[in-house]
Amino acid sequence: MTIVLSRSADHLYWMSRNVERAENTARILDVSDRLGLLPAGNENGAGSEWDAVLQITGDASGFHARFPEATAANVIAHMTLDPNNPSSIYSTMRSARENARAERVGITTEMWEALNSTWLEISQLTPARLAARGYRNFFDWIKERSHLFRGAAVSTMLRDERYHFLRLGTFIERADNTARILDVKYHILLPDLADVGGAVDHFQWGALLRSVSAYRNYHHAYKQVITPVNVADLLILNNQFPRSLHSCHNEVVHLLEEVSGPRGAEAARQAGEIHAMLHYGRIESVFAQGLHEFLSDFIVRNNRLSQEIQAAYLVAH
Amino acid sequence: MASGKFFDEMRGTGDTVREAYETVERWIKATPRRQLMAKRKEAEILFRRMGITFLVYGTSESTERLIPFDIIPRVLTSDEWSIIESGSLQRVRAINAFLKDIYHGQEIIRAGRIPEEAVFTNPKYRPEMQGLDVPGDTYIHITGIDLVRVGERDFYVLEDNLRNPSGVSYMLENREVMMRLFPSLFTGNRIAPVNNYPALLLQNLRAVAPKGVTRPTVAVLTPGIYNSAYFEHVFLADEMGVELVEGQDLFVKDDHVFMRTTHGPVQVDVIYRRVDDDYLDPLAFNADSMLGVPGLLAAYRAGGVTLANAIGTGVADDKAMYTYVPDMIDFYLGEKPILSNVPTWQCRKQDDLAYVLDHLHELVVKEVGGAGGYGMLVGPAASKAEIAHYRERVIDDPANFIAQPTLALSTCPTFTERGVAPRHVDLRPYVLTGTNSTVVPGGLTRVALREGSLVVNSSQGGGTKDTWILRPGRSAGGRS
Repeated sequence: MTIVLSRSADHLYWMSRNVERAENTARILDVSDRLGLLPAGNENGAGSEWDAVLQITGDASGFHARFPEATAANVIAHMTLDPNNPSSIYSTMRSARENARAERVGITTEMWEALNSTWLEISQLTPARLAARGYRNFFDWIKERSHLFRGAAVSTMLRDERYHFLRLGTFIERADNTARILDVKYHILLPDLADVGGAVDHFQWGALLRSVSAYRNYHHAYKQVITPVNVADLLILNNQFPRSLHSCHNEVVHLLEEVSGPRGAEAARQAGEIHAMLHYGRIESVFAQGLHEFLSDFIVRNNRLSQEIQAAYLVAH
Repeated sequence: MASGKFFDEMRGTGDTVREAYETVERWIKATPRRQLMAKRKEAEILFRRMGITFLVYGTSESTERLIPFDIIPRVLTSDEWSIIESGSLQRVRAINAFLKDIYHGQEIIRAGRIPEEAVFTNPKYRPEMQGLDVPGDTYIHITGIDLVRVGERDFYVLEDNLRNPSGVSYMLENREVMMRLFPSLFTGNRIAPVNNYPALLLQNLRAVAPKGVTRPTVAVLTPGIYNSAYFEHVFLADEMGVELVEGQDLFVKDDHVFMRTTHGPVQVDVIYRRVDDDYLDPLAFNADSMLGVPGLLAAYRAGGVTLANAIGTGVADDKAMYTYVPDMIDFYLGEKPILSNVPTWQCRKQDDLAYVLDHLHELVVKEVGGAGGYGMLVGPAASKAEIAHYRERVIDDPANFIAQPTLALSTCPTFTERGVAPRHVDLRPYVLTGTNSTVVPGGLTRVALREGSLVVNSSQGGGTKDTWILRPGRSAGGRS
């Protein structure tokens, strides 16, 4: 049995959550940036894409305390380099690097260097330099750095408990983000289920799919025009798509079986319950329940599970 | 001060290049300055990427700094090394015997070789250790001995660091970076490897586990990420494959120490602690300490856990006790010291104080318990006002100061802004002791980067160099 300090497990869990969150923030900003290229004033809500960012990240009040209006420039400033916003890319990468610095023993050199050099570069950036570099380039770069970190972890880390806690953080955070993106985008994009098929719709749903790297995947998996029901199916129930809630929770259930500590029974039970809902669920019943209600419920359960994991393993007893 | 009067590691006292430096000298000559600058930049990027930084105390937060690394190595022949090695081992044996004696029968005091008050009024003396037997009678598992060189075969010990000396990670990482940047220098020389240090450290720590423990669990105890040497704590734990713990990760139950893990408590048998005595156990020492483990001293005294280094070793490494090390070598080993002590005036003695006050402008004066180059006076380099101010401090509390002659520290070629130039260096080899002692062939060479400066401490703008011990056999020039 490997020995892992509770404090170490906590750092590893949050290290990967922070990196995943930075990546997802970049994805969310990226899709809004794409949507912003559409003509404004569209009935389906184009132009409100920057409000959506604040809804997804749950940070609207923090934002409005400091900025008068959710313009592209303001939201990007708030969500990328603002050190005072705890969910900005800057802050999450800083936290990830602090977790790594506190947990240098548990991670490989490759992982450390991936995080450390990312942080060193971000800490040198200014809003002006970021704009000169191009927002989309920056978002791509953040995604690349996250891939690099995760790839380094997967290909260099010993498959012991440290690894399992690191991976748990990734999938809990990713499931949360996928649910949030779908929830908010769904309401902006499509108030009316029957209203499908236009070019604007295609562009907007396409942008949503791209934000979770699912545009091509969608076409491979469903081989038809983009429909909201299929998009929801892909992001929630499809167990081949690695960012779906189902895929994330396949991993979570498996990882909790791997660690199965003496206090872990309740976490395992909650994870099993969530997994069963996704594994045996049907998209029709999700829509019958109401997509928003389903996703809100999921976000609450996912968060409760995270708290249970922390109580069982990450807090020193 | 003209640098010509100092012994130079590369050229000795004359102009001919010493044999050990032939390859290095050829390499310096053959490499264009721009290329050296590019390599130095590359080294800096490597160190930063690896996160090899230290925190500077007394400045605003988030000052993670790199210790400047000089790309020109410091080279010692195997003959020179054998003086250093045998001299260091001899000191460690004598000091360890002294610690055992002080905390048991105190023979050396009864023999009149060391005054009683020098031990018992010393704030680092720990009455809690009196009569306690430690595994293998080993007190100083890790020792760093600071040496300077003043001539071909003349080495002086500046101080013995017996309280968890730091810097060994630089010895290892400097080598790593040199091998990466200049592989050809290594193929042409027979340079003794140093990278088995962590394995040796682990082996020695396991050797001193409490009696009856067959598969000891070792952990490194760190004060945490805000400690200046945190990187090193991580590095050593990582290289040994043991847990890096903070006080909050440990607790004591039934005279044993446990880690809090994801699977509940796990017993720890040997703790390589990088936390000072004062902060180890809030129940026994500094009650405000958040860094320690309540009850640790009781568990230690009951033999449930081994601490490395032992508690109370500081009594033997302050600058006043240093003057008695030759006596210890004579008393316990019946030998003559292989490495010389620097003549030291102790200001607590009336005559010494008078001499020191008359000669401040030519002496180095240090606080007895000082470290890191803080709070010292280098007479020849100080202004009149600095000397006058320091004089008052000495008169106020004479027992807190010692003085030594300003030594002619050897110089080593160093890559500076204005090309390659001699700069003063010292050397810290590391001695590991479990049931017996070893010295890894190498050490930390610190270099005073400012021209003429004799202060090598990193906190005072010093840098480091890779230190090569050439193995015997082939000409060190390495023509092949």
